[in-house]
Parts: sequence; structure tokens; C-alpha cells
Amino acid sequence: MGSVLSPDPATGHLQDMRRRTFLLAGLGATGALFVGWSLTPPRQRLHPDDTPQPGDGSVPLNGWLAIGTDNHVTIMAPKAEMGQGIHTALAMLVAEELDCDWPQIRVVHSGVDRIFNNIAAFVDGLPFHEDLAESQAVRGVRWLTAKTMRELGVMMTGGSSSVRDVWEVARLAGATARAQLLAAAAERAKVPVAQCRADAGVVIAGDQRFTFGSLATAAAGRRIAKVTLRDPARFRIVGRDRGRIDADAIVTGSPRYSIDVREPGMLSAAVLMAPAFGSTVQRLDRRAALARPGVRAVVELPGSAYGDAPGVAVVADSWWQARQALTALAVEWSPSPHAQLTTAGIMAQLRTAAGGDEGLPFRSHGEAQEVLAQATRTLDVTYEAPYLAHATMEPMNATVRVRAGGAEVWTSTQVPGAARHAVADVLGLSDEQVTLHQRVLGGGFGRRLEVDYVAQAAMIARALPDTAVQTIWSREDDLRHDFYRPAAVSRLRAALDDAGRVTSIVCHSASQAPFKALSRRLGLVYTSYGPDKTTAEGTWDQPYEFPALRSAHQEVALPVPVGSWRGVGHSHQAFFFESFVDELAHAAGADPFRYRLALLANHPRARAVLEAAAAAGGWGTPLGNTADGRPQARGIALHGSFGTVVAMVAEVSLGADQQVRVHRVVAAVDCGVVVNPNGVRQQVESSVVFGLSAALRGDVAIDGGRIRPGNFHEYPPLRFSECPAIHTVIVPSAAVPSGMGEPALSVVAPAVGNALVALTGTRLRTLPLRPPAVGPS
Amino acid sequence: MSDATRTPEAERVSLDVNGVPTDVTVSPETPLLWVLRQELGLPGTRFGCGMALCGACTVHVDGEPMRACVTPVRAAAGRRITTIEGLSGPVAEALQRAWVRVDVAQCGYCQSGQIMSAAALLTTNGAPSDADIDRAMEGNLCRCGTYPRIRDAIKGAAAQLSASRSDA
Repeated sequence: MGSVLSPDPATGHLQDMRRRTFLLAGLGATGALFVGWSLTPPRQRLHPDDTPQPGDGSVPLNGWLAIGTDNHVTIMAPKAEMGQGIHTALAMLVAEELDCDWPQIRVVHSGVDRIFNNIAAFVDGLPFHEDLAESQAVRGVRWLTAKTMRELGVMMTGGSSSVRDVWEVARLAGATARAQLLAAAAERAKVPVAQCRADAGVVIAGDQRFTFGSLATAAAGRRIAKVTLRDPARFRIVGRDRGRIDADAIVTGSPRYSIDVREPGMLSAAVLMAPAFGSTVQRLDRRAALARPGVRAVVELPGSAYGDAPGVAVVADSWWQARQALTALAVEWSPSPHAQLTTAGIMAQLRTAAGGDEGLPFRSHGEAQEVLAQATRTLDVTYEAPYLAHATMEPMNATVRVRAGGAEVWTSTQVPGAARHAVADVLGLSDEQVTLHQRVLGGGFGRRLEVDYVAQAAMIARALPDTAVQTIWSREDDLRHDFYRPAAVSRLRAALDDAGRVTSIVCHSASQAPFKALSRRLGLVYTSYGPDKTTAEGTWDQPYEFPALRSAHQEVALPVPVGSWRGVGHSHQAFFFESFVDELAHAAGADPFRYRLALLANHPRARAVLEAAAAAGGWGTPLGNTADGRPQARGIALHGSFGTVVAMVAEVSLGADQQVRVHRVVAAVDCGVVVNPNGVRQQVESSVVFGLSAALRGDVAIDGGRIRPGNFHEYPPLRFSECPAIHTVIVPSAAVPSGMGEPALSVVAPAVGNALVALTGTRLRTLPLRPPAVGPS
Repeated sequence: MSDATRTPEAERVSLDVNGVPTDVTVSPETPLLWVLRQELGLPGTRFGCGMALCGACTVHVDGEPMRACVTPVRAAAGRRITTIEGLSGPVAEALQRAWVRVDVAQCGYCQSGQIMSAAALLTTNGAPSDADIDRAMEGNLCRCGTYPRIRDAIKGAAAQLSASRSDA
């Protein structure tokens, strides 16, 4: 591969900033409020407005942890545990500084408080290229966003932000608590604090020993002016493999998910929701349903601003009774105003939009369009991706009890504050009148960033005051009333010189705007207007050093509900862009790995990750046939998202009937300082499997204004025998920890697609990857 | 749903759940899953699909893995029902230890069903091949992607059981 021109950073950046001034202006309205405020350090996230009540007699030392007289350390986790292992990572961060004994720790979900607002997700979600990170303007906007989120933001587990968000404050919480315990011990032993140290849950003060539990009450009142966090080089817990803190509970079926909530006298509700977009209940036989065994109430549902569709609920003694009685309702629905809506029509509309030139540019440098217009040789291709459902294993559900002047809600959510607010809103209460009990999530993947099912459960429970009512969706409800990963189309064009080198890239994609849609439902004003960064992420924000690049996105309004799906925009844009980069390598007659490497001269982090994946994945070495004698091939892909860089090598073959089989995936990741390497590997495995389900057959088809798939036979996730061997290489890094829940997901589809090209010579530009059947010859 | 599936009136059904004789008064058509979860307070058996497509509700009926979500409670009457809460013995313990050692679980929701399927496999096949494991586990979906670790854990448990048998 010949030399590739480096972009002129100055030109690119200046142009970038001019185009982004509207964003700064947009933030200005709120930003002005904060001028003159001092920068709030992480320690201001230590103490909540309300003293936490762990409920077990423990003494809270700050908003993050409490110590019981029985010596237990209770960590109050503001992040929802949904399988990603954040409770284990959080416990490791606290324990690193607290010097407690690991078995002492238990982790519970915290209450709602603004000290737990997610700052990292919004600061890192700003639409700035990593190369601009040190610019004054970008630093200013990041600072302003952090301030705004701290005061007016939202508690949110999402955007692969959790470790980054709590990385400092969790250690500070542990270190401050330890300092309080040492101070209490020093006083009790009448020795200087300098002669006290903590070890495995005991404070050794001179020649005396005190358990943490015996010091907790005395420690709680201590004010600690300053603590110094441990030098990362001296970490004893962080950076070492640790099994999940809830592993023992899971293998005996003991965790209590939201669907497992049992309250005295609890009733169960099943729902029927509009089968087509925009339909409402026209007629129903309330009496027939009420005559069914166990049925207590029939509740019509108007739908709400939180996105729950109109419909009707049956409340009964048991969920099965409620579900059975739904048929008796004989609901007649009003005709859908979108009865003509089909996948084919939507894709045609997106293709037209992607083929136009109306999109909003997210990044433009090097006069990309002009260079393209003058090029004698171009590549001009269009990529497509379908709608996708989250399909968490635990269907949506929530339990609500409404009382005079208040309500209690038990649910599992990625946004507890927003869930509480939704319940308060639909019941006409204040947020403070609603108590939310957060439960572990049987999967989230972005679906539980929505609060539609919580609002709906509250409206159902309102019909039966003083009674806990648990609303459970069937799998069909769950798949057909999701907020889908938007379908998307992207036109990608490149100008090539005579040697096949890229002189310009122009990306123009079209889709609905998922995070804007979510933000409007949740009332997140700061992301409800203006450009939705998640639409185009995965193109303009990549580390490649193309001499000119313009990436623009055209938002298209459609009646299909869309939201955050694991990886968000990266989940499809990475497939588009990384397949396209592969096409460029082929156009240049270059090895796809070396081609990429040459485009990363000034991006050592991405370079190292790519090289690590290629080395571990055996790139360039011979690959024999599969055990059943079919040829195999490798594909490679690289992608940066959520602050993390991932590269993958996939080994694929085609089985009988042309089905794609993925045998081995090798991933290399740089996600900054690693808290739990085992957790990183788990998330790579998780992302590969989730990503393969989507890449190989994920497709939520729409017909007659209705979502077609209803259960796992029509939306089939990857099954056991189809799972490849997965190997993860963690590239050592001293960078601030970045995301791991999503970044590996987006890389697998292009790695597999690129491998299929190597195998068959045919480029598949539409997801899911369905190689054409071999026709009769 | 059609009128053919109309819920008949409740009647008493005698069950043996985890070795405990238990009577419930429900429609005999009620799936065993909902009887376990809502009548008997055993929520470790999970609801995932209602159509025997995901395996989250796997229990043992007379030692055989069954999908409780499509098993009418009348069909389980008088038979030996084992749920994750009552799973015990050397195979169960070996699997649970291996599950923890390999750190299989993520969200954990499907794991009861996974362990029930794996326990049924190892009870009848002490040294399963990869193909045997594929067959036994194919009906259990996991959206968190724990499949590779499940395979490792099953193999680990099988090896440990085999070692302890040869010790004896």
C-alpha cells in the first residue's frame, strides 16, 4: 500500500468548528446559567440530598456505601445491573480504596438522587471527533455539559458509560470511608491516624484491632478534608480477574427480577396493545372478559407520551387468567392511518433520502464533495440495515401500587428517575410521592431506557387502588411494541486516484433519529432538538486519516417507534463504513489489514488494536477447510465507539443452503484502564453473540402498518450450536476507562461480511447477511 | 387464543414439587410455569416466550427436561417435578460450581433453564461430546451470549464428576 495523504488537521478542525457553532448556541441558553460557578469536583457527587437508607440497619458513610454493625459493606449502586457486570466492577472500585474483605460486600441499587446523574454518557456523547479533544472550544463544551448534567441530568445506565462515569467517584467513596474509619479508630485507640491502617475489613490502630462494623457509627460523623487515591500502579483489585458478585445467587435461581415481585394481595395484568401503528380501541366486550375466571377489572389504556400504545388491560388473580381473558374482549381496532406501511416502502423512502443531498453534515474536511465531483474514478455504493428489536429475555413488566397521595413501583429500568417521574406524571403525583424499587434487569440492551411499560403499569394499577398490580407483557407484546433500532440506508462514495488511493469519502445516510425520539419521550430536553449524534456515529468519528471526508445524515420521519438499541448508530454505521473501507482496500488491490494500518499513521491506539487482532487472529496465515470440508475465509474490521477501539478477525464458511457459519472470532480491545478483565471478555462475548444474531438474521419486518415478528421463531436469536469460539485480547492501556457494553457489537457484522467477500467474492451490502442461493446451473 | 382455550373452572391438582407434595386449585389447563411462579412462589423458573422457544422455563418432570410454559399443570399431576430451587445432587453441585468458576452468567435470567438442561444432559451422559452439548442446549436461548462459557462449564463439570467417580 502506498502512502496515504494525511488530512490537514487545522483545515478540517476549523471547518468542523464553524459548522458546529449552532450546537454551542443551543447549549448557550442553559450554559449561561452556570457561568461563574466553580468546577465541581467528583467529591461533590459523594453526598446525596437525602441520606440513603440501606434498610438493614447499616450506617451510611456517604451516598455510595454503608457499613453494618455486622461488618457488611453495602454498596449503593446508581447503575442498573443488567448482565454487564457493573455491580461487580463498582464493588471492585470501592474495595480498591476501602480495603474491606471481598465477601463483606453486597451491592444494592441506590435510590434516585442527582449525585448519581450520568455525566459521562452525555459528555462523551458530544459530536466531536477524538482529534479535537484538546481544543479549547471542545473542552469548554464538555465542561459545560458536565455541569449541566450534574445539576439537570438523568440517572441512566446506558451509552457504555458506567465505569467511566463512576471510576473516580466510586474510588473516592471508598477512600473517604476508609479515612473516616481510620479517624474513628485513631480516636478510640488514642493513637495518631498515621499509625492506623485498614486491611481486609479491619482497622489496625497501634496494637489494637477494630472491625469496620464496630467503627461505622463513630466514622459516619467524621468530615474528611482530603484523600489521595491509590496510584494505579499499586492497584490490588482493579485490573485483576474477578467473578461476578452475583454468580452464586444466579446458579440457584435466586436473583429477584422485576417479574418476580410478589406483594401481598397482588393481582396480575395482561395487555392487548394496538396491533398497527395509530390504531385505537373502537369496541370491546368488557362484560365477557369480566365473566372469565379470576378477572377483577378491565382497564382501557389511552397510551401516553412515554410511548406505550393504546389498548386494554385485563387484571386477574393470576397472569394466565388475565391473558386468557384477553380474547373475550373481542377488541375491534380503528383502522391504522399507516395501513399501507411496509418494509419495502420504508426502505424505498430511505434510499431516496440517502441518495439526495439534504443531510446535516456532522463532519466535513478536505473539501470532500469538491474532490469527489472532480474525480475521474469513483466508488459509489449503497448499504442497508433493517429495524431490530431488543428482545431481552425478561419481557417488559412492572408492578405498581397506587394509594391516596402516593404510589410504589417495582420495576427494572435503566433510568430510575425517569421511570419514577413517568409514574408520578400519569398518576398526577409529584416525583417525591412515588417510591421506586429498582430490580436487577433480565437484559436491557437499551430497551429499558424507555419507561412506556412503567407508565402503562401505573395506569392499570390506578383502577385498583391499594392493590399491587403486576403488568407482564407476553413475548409477542414485547417484540411488537419495542422501540426499534432504526432501519437505515447509507450511500457511500469515494474518489480514487490513478493508483487506487482514496482522495475523498462522502457518506450520506438516512434513518429516523433514535436518541432524539427517546429523549422526547423521557423529557431529556438537551438531546430532544438539533442533530442526533447517534444517527451518523460510526462514520465521521473514526480514526482513519482520509485526506477528505464528509459525513452527513438525513433524518426521515416515519411512524415506527425507534430508540436506543445496543451500539445505537454504530450498530449499523460500522457495518456500512467498515465494509466500505474493505471495498476501498480491494479497489486499491491491497490487503485489508495493511490497507487500514496505513490509514492510521497518527492513531497509535487504533493501530495497536488492529495489529493485536491481526496477530491473534492469524491474519495472513493459511486457513484450512472446516471439519465438514467446506472452505473458510477470514475478514477483518476495526471500529471505535464509546471511547473504545475494537478490531476483530472472523473466520466464516458457508454451510449447505448457503447459510453463513461463523467459526471463530478474535477480538482485540483498548478500553482504557481495565477494572475487571473477566468482565471485558464477557462483554466481548456478549457483543459478538448479540451482534451475530443481528448480522445473520435480525430483521423486524413491517407489513400493513404492523410489526410482523411475534416470537422467537420469527425473530430467531443465535442459538447454542451457532456460536463461534470467541477469543479476546485486551491491549494494555493507561487511558481513562471507556465503554465495553457495546463497542464490540458493531465490529462483528463487518468482520463477517468482509470474510464472506474473501470467501465468495460477493459483497453483501444489506443486513442481515444472506448470501444468494446458488441457482441451478 | 381462541374459545377452544377458554379457561375452565379451577379444580384441585396434586403435585410433587421438589419432593414436597403440594395441592393447588387452578384451571388444569394453566401452564405449570405459572403455577410454579404465582401459586407456589418458585420464581426461579422463568417466563421468556410462552411457546417452548427459549427454554427459560425448563424444569425436570420425572427427570426429563420439559418446558413448563407449554405444559398444562394437569399433565404434571402426580409426576416428580424439579425446579432450579430443588435441583440437588452431585451433578447439580458440579454444574453450579463450574458455572461459578467459569463465571458463565451475565444477566442471569435464562440461567436457571440453562442449568436445568445441562443437568438433564449430564445425568444421562457423563462425557458429552460437543455435538451432544449442542443438541442438549439448542433449545435454551441466551441474549447475553453466555453460550461459550456454558460449553466450558458443562465440560468442566463433566470432567469433575468423572474424576470423582474414578476416585470412588
